Amino acid sequence: MKQISTFILVTILVMGLVVGVAHAERLVIEGSTTVLPIAQRAAEEFMARNKDADISVRGGGSGVGITSLIAGTCDIANSSRPIKDSELEKAISRGKEPKAHVIAMDGIAVIVNSANPITGLSKQQLKDIYTGKISYWSEVGGPSEKIVVVSRDSASGTFEAFGDLALDKQKVRKDALMEASNQAVASVVAKTPGAIGYVGLAYIGKGVKAIEIDGVMPTKSTVVSKKYRLSRPLFMYTNGKPTGLAKEFIDFILSPEGQKLVDEEGYVSIK
Amino acid sequence: MQRLREKIYRWIFTILAFASLIFLVGIILFLFKESLPLFRYVPVGDFLLGTAWYPTHEEAEFGILPLIVASLWVTLGALVICVPLGVGSALYIHELASARQRAFLKPLIEILASIPSVVYGFFGMVIAAPFLQQLLKLPTGLCAFTASVMLGIMAVPTVTSIAEDALSCVPNSFREASLAVGANRWQTLTQVVLPAAGSGISTAIILGMSRAIGETMTVLMVAGGAAVMPRSFFDPVRPMTSTIAAEMGEAAVGSLHYNALFSIGLILFLITLIFNILAEIISRRFRLKLGLGR
Repeated sequence: MKQISTFILVTILVMGLVVGVAHAERLVIEGSTTVLPIAQRAAEEFMARNKDADISVRGGGSGVGITSLIAGTCDIANSSRPIKDSELEKAISRGKEPKAHVIAMDGIAVIVNSANPITGLSKQQLKDIYTGKISYWSEVGGPSEKIVVVSRDSASGTFEAFGDLALDKQKVRKDALMEASNQAVASVVAKTPGAIGYVGLAYIGKGVKAIEIDGVMPTKSTVVSKKYRLSRPLFMYTNGKPTGLAKEFIDFILSPEGQKLVDEEGYVSIK
Repeated sequence: MQRLREKIYRWIFTILAFASLIFLVGIILFLFKESLPLFRYVPVGDFLLGTAWYPTHEEAEFGILPLIVASLWVTLGALVICVPLGVGSALYIHELASARQRAFLKPLIEILASIPSVVYGFFGMVIAAPFLQQLLKLPTGLCAFTASVMLGIMAVPTVTSIAEDALSCVPNSFREASLAVGANRWQTLTQVVLPAAGSGISTAIILGMSRAIGETMTVLMVAGGAAVMPRSFFDPVRPMTSTIAAEMGEAAVGSLHYNALFSIGLILFLITLIFNILAEIISRRFRLKLGLGR
């Protein structure tokens, strides 16, 4: 009994200490799950160097991050798409001015099962497959199999970026399979011979292969040179010009060291 | 002193008993509060009967008919599997099994209920779906059929244990009378015991249905997730629960999409509520019929 009460006392003391430190300098980062690995890694490195800084990083999705920034519940909003006009209007009406910082680039790779003989598609063919005009691989020079179209759930930034870049904002066919993460898309495509899907560059794994779009393979160099059409910048939004800890953090990510982390996480650095 | 103490205990337990009522009312109020703003922009008819679910598109569409149909579709499929398995097991355990078999079978079926649903989903995704895809030469194994099989297995313990309760409510005198007039075991079972326990077994089936329709993780992982009206059991579908689970995390609080997801939750709640009320009515009748009162 005595041991327990000592334990509780010590816990409370330690928690008090932690809270005390947290009060020193605190930064809340929220948003895109695509940007999450970069933000998380950078926050760890940053906190290892600045013992005073307390950075909490949350996912939630691009839309959630921007909504939180507008509501003032986060300091930095991660986003895998540019802010929408409707969101900008809302921000301005609340006296906020979101400022974009491009922190990395990412390519959206189109993947098929590694047993699929197809090695490339034109952008038009890709669009026709995803909007429902093409339903069999034989229509694009493959086997006479049905195409199993795999997409992300409609709330993800990757879904919206793919819609903008590849589908010219047209609606994805209704019978497309919906998966909740990049990883899930990759594993479904790996297990389904007739499947096609799209994932961030970092998620091209075993059992799937990336295909050329308009003759260009998605690689870090084709994304940097913008030759690969399905590439997008990844953003961190702040309210107005960043100050204090937020500024230090964003400067860190944009520094050569920060960009090295971006590279290591499988994304494309901007410098 | 003693009386005061007793009074206090009485109060504590009264509060505890009413706590769940408070939770229920709170959840219902919250569901309505978060879902009603949607209907200022989307007519109820378009919501319930629309066939296009594009919640984040610039020209957003919030039609949930494919999602409702998908939920009912996989639940129907699950019934085909869990009714014979569940009721059959209950009959065997209660009417035919020896005491030793019963002592072994009953806990085993209950263990089935304790497997987390994400494990069922994982099993379905990694083993059942690829197997069915190859076996039946389907384009993909992630479809209503696979989801139905998994949900059916998951609902078996619910159906079995409630059906078994119903069987144990049938007085032994019924069986004895039947056997005494010369009926054999099979006739006793199908013509006396089953009809007597019939409404209790219906309750079991309906509760199994609510279990299946409300299941989330497994269908999210196994059903495929295509928001399209299913034309066969081998089409990928997207039940209501998996839509909420997949999209709620990324829907901005206060957006129409967010309200729409709550509205789906409301519809789902109403459907399971109807199931549970039906089950309650039927089971009351059953008790009256057997002269057990309330």
